[in-house]
Amino acid sequence: MSRRYVRDPARERHAEERARQLLRSTAGPEALEIYERFGFLCHEDSAHEYGYLIYPQRPIVGYDARNGELLSEYCVRFRDESDPEAGERLPDADDVLAKWLALRMDERRTLAAANIHPLGRQLDPAMVRRDLAALRAWRAQHREVDGRVLRSEAEELVRGRAPARPV
Amino acid sequence: MKLLRMTPGKGDVLLAEGDPAVAEDEERLVREFRRQLDLGMWAAVPHEGSGGRREATMVRDFSEIPAAAERVIFFPRAAGG
Repeated sequence: MSRRYVRDPARERHAEERARQLLRSTAGPEALEIYERFGFLCHEDSAHEYGYLIYPQRPIVGYDARNGELLSEYCVRFRDESDPEAGERLPDADDVLAKWLALRMDERRTLAAANIHPLGRQLDPAMVRRDLAALRAWRAQHREVDGRVLRSEAEELVRGRAPARPV
Repeated sequence: MKLLRMTPGKGDVLLAEGDPAVAEDEERLVREFRRQLDLGMWAAVPHEGSGGRREATMVRDFSEIPAAAERVIFFPRAAGG
């Protein structure tokens, strides 16, 4: 009898939980917080000139980090056919982590493997613009120091404590 | 050092674990590392870059893994979607 994929919500939920722990330990607590809050990850080059929004099971969207202009959709996937019963797709958190790792490790090779389309092929540009704006607003309130997520100084002041500063 | 692999339906699974400084462990780690690359996986070594920024390096041979690395993460190589 052939083995084929049958959806198992409990198994997939457990896999997603594991994947989120791997995401946290690899990309950091801020990355996990962004993923859980917004449903995607973000990667910007070190000069903050351009970046990517990384959606699970959806294309990566490039953007100009200087002005927020959206650029292209990069359709890339990481399919694993080793266990037909489990399906081909990685859990969502593993899928975004795989994209994040691939962009970090070898951006050119990753984009060379992708099918590139104008924005709007799979993702609604208005939704992506809202996502990017929401992420930027959230980031303006937070900053990451040494891998720890610290609340904004304003938030700390509101709470009546001295703002945390890097040593 | 732990060798982990992302998998559908399970999340990450532990493939092998050992101390590369111990000959027997190293042999087992090298064998599993090569097996995963032969299966078409990419191998990532996560690490912290300057300023605590999270980074990752692709390794294509066991000898490229930094001595201080605690984990190697395998995942399917990128393909057009």
